[in-house]
Parts: sequence; C-alpha cells; structure tokens
Amino acid sequence: MPTQPIKFYQTGSFAVGNRLLGPDQRSVQADMQRTNSLNSGHRACQGCGEALGARYALDAAMRATGNQMIAVNATGCLEVFSTPYPETSWQVPWLHSLFGNAPAVASGVAAALKVKGRTDVRVVGQGGDGGTVDIGFACLSGMFERNDDVLFICYDNEAYMNTGVQRSGATPPAARTMTSQAVGDEPGNVFGQGKNVPLIAMAHEIPYVATATVAELRDLEAKVRRAMEFRGARYLHVFVPCPLGWGSAPHDTIKVARLAKESGLFPVFEAEHGEVTAVSPIRRPVPVEEYLRLQARYAHLFADPPRTETIARIQAIADRNIRKFGLVEPS
Amino acid sequence: MREQIEGSRAVAHTVARCRPEVICAYPISPQTHIVEELSRLVKTGELAPCEFVNVESEYAAMSVGIGASATGARTYTATASQGLLYMTEALYNASGLGLPIVMTVANRAIGAPINIWNDHGDSMSQRDSGWIQLYAEDNQEAVDLHVQAFRLAEELSLPVMVCMDGFVLTHAVEPIDVPEAGPVDAFLPPYEPRQVLDPDEPVSIGAMVGPEVFTEVRYLAHARQMRALELIPEVAAEFSAAFGRTAGGLVRPYRCEDAETIVVALGSVLGTIKDVVDELRDAGTRIGVLGVTSFRPFPLEEVRAALGHAARVVVLERALAVGIGGIVAANVRMALSGIHLHGYTVIAGLGGRAITKASLHRLFADAIADELEPLTFLDLDRALVERELHRGRTERRPGPSAENMMRDLGPTATGIG
Repeated sequence: MPTQPIKFYQTGSFAVGNRLLGPDQRSVQADMQRTNSLNSGHRACQGCGEALGARYALDAAMRATGNQMIAVNATGCLEVFSTPYPETSWQVPWLHSLFGNAPAVASGVAAALKVKGRTDVRVVGQGGDGGTVDIGFACLSGMFERNDDVLFICYDNEAYMNTGVQRSGATPPAARTMTSQAVGDEPGNVFGQGKNVPLIAMAHEIPYVATATVAELRDLEAKVRRAMEFRGARYLHVFVPCPLGWGSAPHDTIKVARLAKESGLFPVFEAEHGEVTAVSPIRRPVPVEEYLRLQARYAHLFADPPRTETIARIQAIADRNIRKFGLVEPS
Repeated sequence: MREQIEGSRAVAHTVARCRPEVICAYPISPQTHIVEELSRLVKTGELAPCEFVNVESEYAAMSVGIGASATGARTYTATASQGLLYMTEALYNASGLGLPIVMTVANRAIGAPINIWNDHGDSMSQRDSGWIQLYAEDNQEAVDLHVQAFRLAEELSLPVMVCMDGFVLTHAVEPIDVPEAGPVDAFLPPYEPRQVLDPDEPVSIGAMVGPEVFTEVRYLAHARQMRALELIPEVAAEFSAAFGRTAGGLVRPYRCEDAETIVVALGSVLGTIKDVVDELRDAGTRIGVLGVTSFRPFPLEEVRAALGHAARVVVLERALAVGIGGIVAANVRMALSGIHLHGYTVIAGLGGRAITKASLHRLFADAIADELEPLTFLDLDRALVERELHRGRTERRPGPSAENMMRDLGPTATGIG
C-alpha cells in the first residue's frame, strides 16, 4: 500500500488514522492479522474500559510472541463477561483459577513451560485491581520476588465492579462506592495512604514496570511489546474507566481516561529494574475538577455547597504526581 | 533398596523417582523435611528436569501447582495443618478443574490452640474438597502410596492427597524399601494430560458455569471418585505384582473374619491397635481391626462387608467434628445403614497425645462389655476439664481456656520437673 510522510498534528501523538501511517507504525489492532484474543460477543458493559484494554494488550502480546502465549485470569469482570458457559471469547489458551491467585497460577504455567523447554511460549497474567492490589497482592509480590517469567497486567477500574462497585485498595479518595458511600461528614472513600502497585512493583526491582491508559492505546500496545522483550517478572498497570461503577457516560470512557492522565492523577510512565526510564508528559494540563465532574462517583463534591476543600486535596495529589514524575515539561 | 532412613526423606526420594516436573514448596512442620530433601535433589540435578518453586504461602503453592498441572507438568507439593487450611480454596479449585496434583499431607492438628503434633484434623477438614485421600499405615506404605498416587491421579484426572502421620511417620527413622527408579518408571508412564494449555490448540479452562450444567459438572467429580473405587484396588494389585509387597487398596481387614468386635481406624495407630488385637486374640477375645486406606472415595461396600457381621464397631479417630463427634464414624455408620450393632466413636490422639496399648486395652474391654459411652474421648483428663468449666461458671472473666488449663497442669505439661 502506498504511504506518504505524515506531519503530525501534535508532536509525539498518533492522533491520525492508521491508513495514513507506514505499515510499521500501524497499531496491532489495525492489522487484519490481529488475533482477536478477546473476541467480540462477550458481555462487557457498554463503554467498558477493561474489555478495551484487555483486547489491545493481549493482541499486542500475541503479536510480540508470535502467537505463542498462554493467558491466566483472576476472577472478576473480565473473567465473568468473557466466559459465560458454554461460550468463551478467548482465542488464546486461557486459564481461570481463583480471585487471589492469578500471579501464582501464572508462575506455575511459566515453571511448566520452562521445565518442558517451551520458553518460546510466554505467560500473561491478568486481573482487576481487586485481584491485583488486594486479594492477589501476596501472590503478585511472590511472583515479582522470584522474578518468574510472567507479564502481569492489572486493569485498574478502582473498585470491585463485578460484585457491584465496592471499595478496593485502589479506590481513590472521596470516590463513592457501595461500601464508601457519599454520606456522612466525609462522603466517599477515605483519604488513606493509597497503594501504588506500580511503585511497589518497582521496589522489587523487576525488569519492567509500566502504566498506561485506554486513552492511549498505541502507548499500551508499545508497552506490552516492550514488556515482552524482557525475561522475568514484568508488571503493567492499565487505567480502565468503568462507566457503570464510576457513573460516567459510556461514550466518555476514553475521555475520562485521558483526563486522568492529563490532570496528573494517573501518571503514565515506564521503569526498568526499579528506575523510571520514561514518562508520558501531560500535553494539555487540566485541573482535576474536569476529570471529576464527568463521574457520578464524585457528584457529592459538586453539590450545593461544593466541597472545595476535598477537591483541593485531590488536586494536591495530582500536583504531587506532576512534580514527582516530572509530568509537565518546563516551558 | 532397603535402607535405614527417615520417613520424610524416603518419601522425598520416592517422589523424586516419580519424576515430578514442578514442585512447589512452602515450609510447615512436620512436612518440611520432604521438600528440603527434594530441593536438594533438584539443585544437585539428581532430579531433572524439575522446577522447584519456593513460594510465599501454601495458597500460592497450590496455585502454582494448578498453573503447572494445567500446562501439562507432573506436579507435587506437600503441606500440613494450617497450611492445608490456607490452601483450601485452591484445593477445591484443583479438584474442580480435574488437575492430577499429588500432595503429601504430614498430618498435624489445627489450631487454636496452636499445636504442631499429629492428628487428622487437617486432612479430615478437607474430606469434601474433591481430592482422593489415602492414609498410610506406616512409612513403607507412605512411600508406596506416593507411587500409586501419581498413577491414580493421572488416570482419573483428579488430585490425590497422601496422608501420613506427622512426626510419628515423617520423623521416624526405620528400614524402608525406597522404590528404585526403574520399576517406578515401568509402573508410572509419562503424564499425558487430558486438558492442557497449548497455543496450538487454545482452550479456555475455568469458565463461568451457571445452574444449567453445574450439577452435571459436580456429578462427574463424584463419578470420577466412584471410578477410583475400582481403580484403587487395581493399582494396588498391580503395585504388589511389580514391587512384591502390599500397599494401598481401599480397606485392610486384620483378624476380622469371626470378630465380634471390630475397631476401625486410619493411619499409623493401626500398628498399635494390631498389637493389642493380637494380645486380645491370644486371650481368646474375638476382636479385629479394619484399616481404612482410602477415606475419599469412601469404600461403603467394603466397609459394610468387613463390619456387617460384627456385634460392635469401635471407630477410633484422630479428629473431632465439634458439635457431633466422629467424622470417620459418620461415614462408617453410612456404610452400615440398616445393620443393627453397637457403635462407638472414640476420639483419640488429638494434638499428638500418645495412644498407648494400655489405654487401648482399657478402651476395648469397656467396649466389649458395652460400657462405653457412644462418644468417648480417650484418656480425657476430666479433672482438668471440670476445673476449667468451674472457672467459667464462677468467674466473670476467666481468661483463655487453653492457657488456664496449661497453668493448672503446671510444669508436667512440658515433661519438666
């Protein structure tokens, strides 16, 4: 197919159609040979960020491994909506065991492949934030510590969505869930210490850690590809809005994800062996309010009177991220 | 080759000769010597190819086992007590997925109060987990059962627990014939998984199943254990032919033929009971003992056939179902449905309390005289219990019971002074 050199509208962005790009620059998803690892027909909600993220991540992993891949799944939305019996949306060998053990099961798959001399086959473990940050945390840390040859992907939608939107260790401050309701003196989730698993993964000094959002799917694909260039434990934390749980419009999933990054609330970066190697700079800084206003889980912050102090505390978190990760390039 | 060796080491060497490809290990007494030795064998290359994975919990041990087994690797782990309970969720998962993992359970009490010594409370708590449970009478059988366990597991696509009494067997040094590699290889063909994660033939394993087929899936789990009732004796017979000694099977009757009184038990206590039975037989008492090797599946017909003619049955078990009494006894009663006889449940040897011949003589004499309570706690220190009960009735805040009774007992509890 003939191609023409492209002058990007925004430097460093791929905000152009695939058909204008050279074949080597096109996304995996744009390729007719994509594997549809998570095929159509599953039962995710409209606008599901997790379904989108998983599809891109796994297809990219399939590409990177020459289709030699086994996926292990934690219990959660992704497992439930993809496999209501007798149907399955998975076109890859796929194993679901339990909620809290996906990283260990993935380690077991990797151990079996190693002993059988099938190191050409790679393992991807995946789960939601509950299965990663909370109940699966010990197994995840164990897998990191042993440096097992597993890429674990957390699709973070910041609460237990499969069970009906309850608070997880990844639920942000002030967010309303069914177990951190928007009532009382401090409505929504508490301002705790947080549990930043990408940073915890880095503390294990594993070969590769990255964060991504479904707003930048090329970046997600690139990070999966990069992750597959390493052997050993790798961790990818993907920010995936949940319209149902967050009370955002299904058509705003990409927008919400983009604003999470652009506000500084969700830093997008890469790290190797415990050191940050790259950050995705904020292109158009926005106050957190723009991000929060799109989501009913924060509606109590904008009632009459608005909770400006709470919003300011959330802004302070974003500002700290921006400073810490250098998300805004000095002009 | 027959050698003087610790039970745990003998099990480790036997397991190694079964050529497991993935071994997951997390330490817990009294199982640790097994995985310690296996870790050495893997590291020296004596057991190869094999991946030895040191995990962060028993839950992870079983989970790594699930992943490895689903990828087609022969998989082994070992645990005990709290560790078995900690992996409970994964135990049900492994059996539900039909993964032929073999695990040694070095039987140990479960707390509170914490206690490292032997009883069957741990494995009995997992009797409904879908695992086959085989109980070893002695270290030779423990060793031999492992060889059979891999055969059974892989033929049935079901996980198998080999239960051996912690310390009593695991730490006992005695002459054991550890099976040689050649005969084990002949007995145990390479693992051919029924289901495997393979990029060339992708399958989904562990899908969401609703009411439309869940019952059928569970029925199949039961049907496979029923199939095990046939296979366990077949494999035991084949083992006997190949190795020249008896091990395994469903039940093992000893001097039961004309017995009026039959004792039912599992595990290493069978040796002591047999000694007492011999002495009583010498004195003219018609008594026998039925050892149950396969507790899951439970051989209802064989138990019925062995006990049906007796006048009384004494089930002696090293576990307690709080609120009802016996676990083995409940199963034995099921086997004896419609048969009228005197049935006694004896809870014995909890938390490592020795079951002595003297105690058994007294117990069986009471049973034969039909003077036994339906539920008896062997060698229960009633005075100690009464004192604590009294404290509970008279003091507003009597404090923790276990600690109170230890204090009452004084230094004798530790054997000092």
